[in-house]
Amino acid sequence: MRELINIIFTAQFLHSVFRVTTPILFASLGAVIANRAGVANIALEGIMLISAFFGVFGSAATGSALGGFLIALLSGLICSGILALFTLYYRANVILGGIAINSLASGGTVFLLYLFTGDKGSSTSVASKTLPEIAIPVLKDIPFLGDILSGQNIMTYLAFIMILIVAVFLGKTTLGYHIRAVGENLKAAESVGINVKLTQTIALLLSGLLCACGGAFMSMGYLSSFTRDMVSGRGWIAVAAEAIGRSNPIITAGASIAFGFFNAISTAASTVGWASSLVQTIPYVSTLIGLFAFSYKEYLKLKKR
Amino acid sequence: MEYLLRMENVSKIYGNGIVANKDVSFSLKEGEIHALVGENGAGKTTLMKILFGMEKPSSGKLYLRDKELDINSSNDAIKHGIGMVHQHFMLLDSFTVAQNITLGIEPANHHFVDENAAVAFTEQLSTQYNFAVDPRAVTGTLPVGIKQKIEILKALARGAKILILDEPTAVLTPQETEQLFEELVKLKKQGYTIVFISHKIKEIKAISDRVTIMRAGCSEGVFNTSEISEQEISNKIVGWKIDTSIHKKEHAFGEARISVTDLSYYGGEKVPILQDINFQVKSGMIMGIAGVQGNGQVELAEILTKSRRVESGSVEINQADIQSMTIKEMREKGFGYIPEDRQRQGVALTAAVNENLISNKYDTEEFCNKGILKKKKISEYARQMIAEYSVKCSGENGRIDGLSGGNMQKVVVARECMEETKVLIAEQPTRGVDIGAAHIIHQNIVKLRDNGCAVLLFSADMAELIKLSDVLAVMYEGRFVAYYENLSDITEEELGLYMLGIKKQDESQIRRMRYE
Repeated sequence: MRELINIIFTAQFLHSVFRVTTPILFASLGAVIANRAGVANIALEGIMLISAFFGVFGSAATGSALGGFLIALLSGLICSGILALFTLYYRANVILGGIAINSLASGGTVFLLYLFTGDKGSSTSVASKTLPEIAIPVLKDIPFLGDILSGQNIMTYLAFIMILIVAVFLGKTTLGYHIRAVGENLKAAESVGINVKLTQTIALLLSGLLCACGGAFMSMGYLSSFTRDMVSGRGWIAVAAEAIGRSNPIITAGASIAFGFFNAISTAASTVGWASSLVQTIPYVSTLIGLFAFSYKEYLKLKKR
Repeated sequence: MEYLLRMENVSKIYGNGIVANKDVSFSLKEGEIHALVGENGAGKTTLMKILFGMEKPSSGKLYLRDKELDINSSNDAIKHGIGMVHQHFMLLDSFTVAQNITLGIEPANHHFVDENAAVAFTEQLSTQYNFAVDPRAVTGTLPVGIKQKIEILKALARGAKILILDEPTAVLTPQETEQLFEELVKLKKQGYTIVFISHKIKEIKAISDRVTIMRAGCSEGVFNTSEISEQEISNKIVGWKIDTSIHKKEHAFGEARISVTDLSYYGGEKVPILQDINFQVKSGMIMGIAGVQGNGQVELAEILTKSRRVESGSVEINQADIQSMTIKEMREKGFGYIPEDRQRQGVALTAAVNENLISNKYDTEEFCNKGILKKKKISEYARQMIAEYSVKCSGENGRIDGLSGGNMQKVVVARECMEETKVLIAEQPTRGVDIGAAHIIHQNIVKLRDNGCAVLLFSADMAELIKLSDVLAVMYEGRFVAYYENLSDITEEELGLYMLGIKKQDESQIRRMRYE
């Protein structure tokens, strides 16, 4: 235990918290936008996985990390577009649509991986690029703090900037207003001539883009290759974070960071020799505890009546 | 050009074969207030939804200033200067007044909403039309009267010249109604044309210039309001002569069936929602509770029906403390409840009519044999109830969500008003229910009373309260502010003053509710 606590207070560990939080943060902000528009997007996991795959192969094909990133974004956009098409325009149940994308992602990426590389496990044989890490001038020279905050992947910075962007987008822009209006009272929005389907479609597409950022980071930053089911539940943790944050981007981001922290702890704990199968449960157990604490608070509120 | 707007031979037949409008013609003169009356399900709202572009007519044509109109969406209607205030408000509770009024037409600066401009716009609008609203207030916290003003301003902000108001007075106090009427007359003087949907005949007489009466999807004709009597309107609405008078048996009241002592309730708030509530409802008595929405009536009813807990004080029903009983035990002792929200609490929407009729007694020996339902008995009983309450439905096995609001409510009343019912809590039993159905419901509540049931009646309808109640109390900010043991000389206006907290009876009169 002492060993673990010692690790927690190292710059290296705190640095990793930001790194680990990044994909969860992207996806949970995506969930916030979709949910604010009244669409429960549970395809976060699948969209992340698909864009992780296309990021790797896109960067290999174009020979540039930026090209890979753009192709990852495009794949996320297409996935969420398909989800929007089927659920908003063809009236399929949005949960079923989400499940379909998730299953398609986990099977489909392995299929494509095998098709291109002959390997069912990972893309290490593909010469893919990674997104750059950025050293921030001045900050990087500050001891400890610099070690934590500087030198992160560009996507990590983007993710944290996104918190603010999403908050401002929802709170201050006309489109943000319309998204919130549609989510709160669809008929009211409709009655003033807001195009409900279009607004929800835009929200889903934005949600898909954010997930794609998370996915691209997974295979082009967090790791430098694609491995099967590499998202491993981060999309679901993002769903939980969004629920705890009750669609508020700031609180949701807080919950995501908390989950990122526990995720990092589980990695740290395995390095000090804790049983790895037990350690791997930490992020999930913390999700459960988080959800339980959240719902217990709600329960107490109800009981007060 | 005699008419501003004409709808000619409009029919609306839904996919499932239900005919909502049949060959209806409707016209508006510029600058008039035109009442559209009829029972629930007579097709008033459907006709207006067609005009507002929310429904497409199956056949028929629309003309605005003699030019044919093609309206495919509410947006088209808005562009042609038609605005609608819906019965269920189309407002976003978490948005401010200004945000609601400018929703969809927000003043913006490079896609960023200009909040100050929205507030200024709202202020300008509210002075122009003399509707006092606070632009920065959060809509969800405002009373219904204000919400309605916001809705009207919303329509005006979008350039509406023709305003359709769907049952605007259903949720208002007499004073608020009067104020609304003044505002409508002012709008009329400014050249606006107003369609006023209602089934309250008194209001139609008071405000409208002309009236179109609808029954069973058809128009029964259009009349100058001054040339038609209340009785004639009423007869045309129902299609036969209707006598809605109620006869109550003269009798002495029995023992106390509902006793509430020193009840106060905070519900997590700092200000009490209910304070020092004391009253008794006796066997054979209907106690009416009047009050503007949100003055504690809902909370009181929810405490009595155990969906909120008793924080302090005591509540006894049939001489037993409700805290020591489950809802099931209360019901077994003859407790009935007609909830305010019939769609959510009154019925199970996806279940059948017969299932809804027995949902409080499905496990009695009459309908159940060792866990197996007696289908035959249930059907028999359901058919009997359907006949007794003249519920209009396709059959006892049909889903209840196919019924109109009034008929749905009859099912709830039929279920709750049984011979065994000794205590009945009725919340807004005839809200949004037409004259015919309301009369049947009134008769059955009075029948229970005549048989010795204690009834606590919450209603926003003054006329209903005065008609049914033996004693009447008014609630304001969680307290009783008036108590009448004799209802013969109450006026609606006087009740309104108590409801708004302008007048208050002295304590000694209110204390009489306790030891009568």
